[in-house]
Amino acid sequence: MHTSSLDAMVRRLIGFAGVMLVLSLMIFVLARVVPGDPARIALGPSATQEQVDAMRLEMGLDDPILVQYVNYISGAVRGDFGRSLISGKSVSSEILELLPATLELVLVTVLLMVVISVPLGVVTARYRNSWIDNTGRFFSIIGVTMPSFLFAILLQLVAANFFPSWPILGRINYTLSVPDGPTGLLLVDSIAHGRLDVFGSALQHLLFPALALAMAGIGQVTRITRSAMIEHQRRDHVLTLKSFGVPDRVIIFRYLLKLSSIAPLTIMGLEFASLIGNAFVVELVFSWGGFASYGLESILQKDLNAVMAVVLVSGFFFIVANLIIDVILLLIDPRLRLKEAN
Amino acid sequence: MAETGNLEPRALSTRYMAWYRFTRNPAAVIGGIMVVTVVLAAILAPVIAPYPDHAGAVVDFRSRHGPPDLTHLLGTDKVGRDILSRMVFGFRVSLLLVVGVLGVAVPVGATLGLLAGYFSGLTERIITGFTNVMLAIPPLVMALAIGNVLEPNLVNAMLAITLLWWTWHTRLVYRVSKSIAAEDYIEAARMAGASHWHILTREILPNCISVISVKTTLDAAFVILFGATLSFLGLGVKPPTPDLGSMVADGRQFLPEKWWEVLAPGFAIFYATLGFNLLGDGLRDMFDVEA
Repeated sequence: MHTSSLDAMVRRLIGFAGVMLVLSLMIFVLARVVPGDPARIALGPSATQEQVDAMRLEMGLDDPILVQYVNYISGAVRGDFGRSLISGKSVSSEILELLPATLELVLVTVLLMVVISVPLGVVTARYRNSWIDNTGRFFSIIGVTMPSFLFAILLQLVAANFFPSWPILGRINYTLSVPDGPTGLLLVDSIAHGRLDVFGSALQHLLFPALALAMAGIGQVTRITRSAMIEHQRRDHVLTLKSFGVPDRVIIFRYLLKLSSIAPLTIMGLEFASLIGNAFVVELVFSWGGFASYGLESILQKDLNAVMAVVLVSGFFFIVANLIIDVILLLIDPRLRLKEAN
Repeated sequence: MAETGNLEPRALSTRYMAWYRFTRNPAAVIGGIMVVTVVLAAILAPVIAPYPDHAGAVVDFRSRHGPPDLTHLLGTDKVGRDILSRMVFGFRVSLLLVVGVLGVAVPVGATLGLLAGYFSGLTERIITGFTNVMLAIPPLVMALAIGNVLEPNLVNAMLAITLLWWTWHTRLVYRVSKSIAAEDYIEAARMAGASHWHILTREILPNCISVISVKTTLDAAFVILFGATLSFLGLGVKPPTPDLGSMVADGRQFLPEKWWEVLAPGFAIFYATLGFNLLGDGLRDMFDVEA
């Protein structure tokens, strides 16, 4: 059983590499098809044709596209995504600098999602059709349907009108000196340096953006958890447990929740894509200045090198998140393990 | 078992019971009404909009940034156009997007998911591999790439979203159908000599229907949301076409004083998505007796 799980993991890792390869190929070709000369974008409209030609040569834009791709990929696997066409700086160092801000936001968001939606899903399923269920469903529907930019703006309006001292822009109070390293995650770094003031300020700044980002996922996961719990409640083995007099609590937490977590876990993996997408919106509204802000900016400025890197890095994180979910699914669903072994 | 005899009233009553359940579910009825109002507003936009010409590039600087009053029920925007009128036309864009995207994405995605989950081996590997690649593309960037190659407009936005949307159904249906394909009764059906077609359509598909319908229901709302988000970020339809997402983005520059310029189109999006969600939930209760 253990070796088959290991085999399954190895196969997934190979698939993972393949996905990254195809994704990079698609993005590379798309970026080269886009009208507009990257060399021209880098140099600006005032550059002479000779300067542009020299730049094209330097960037290797006149090589065959396959050669360009191989060069690009061999750089990318070493973390070299070339230089930004706008700032002229190394794209990877720009991204590395901004990534922790987004990573912190996303991690807190996922934490919020799990902590809020799983209990909510269990409770609403357990007390189905009661007022608890109706209230829970009402809020999860609002979470699912409200545009995250509207929710983010509403949070800001509420804060501006009723809690003027609550921060609604940025990651941290600008009067505080930010501790240097080691992770770039303010919550972790502040603890490492014993700076409770920074920790508090960072947490305050995180709350609204994380809520705005988590909202869609909370509604979705609560909903799916609830319907999965209800669906499995009717299964024979659950009825058997009930008829043997196993207490409801044990049935729910030991058997039903495990069985019913397959669908919500799948959803959470998929939600991660819209999480990355919504991060663009939330970072814009809250002036977060992270990786997603960088992505949006490079998209609007047609900074192709940066756009390619942003796509690859987001794709990388999305695949890693789903890989983790696949592992969890394999661990909790023996049927999948069995299928994998055959 | 007790009620034997005339079968006709029973057939009628099943349908009646479904309708009865639907009408007894206030959320579903409200959702249905909301969807109908959105659809009607979109269809009748030129008739019901107080200032139909404000859907275009009209400028009236004397009444710019006007708060809601009797002449402009939801106020005016930064160039003095009536927000209510533009909102009503904005529903047209949203609904066109929904029809265009879901009409293609749902059947294609669900079919692929079903096939991948049932046929292990090469079919599974090809479909899931391709789906994984497509899913690994952050939607916004894909929309941009297409928008850059072509140009930002409604058809291209539709194209971009459709290209991404089917994958969600494939992934979801795939997981369900794969775990069902591992069940004993599928094995039993196969040993009894059932064809692949029979097993796929009669044994596995019915088990996926609840998931597909829940998902498709939410999808109408999600497509509206996605489209609005694209245009909020500046990647949607071109001005002066009235679009709810770009109306919010335009109004955001004037917060918090000119709140109506953001809240009116923002809540219009919310109204449409909420309506589709409530209606979908009600339909699910109607079709599925116990869920």
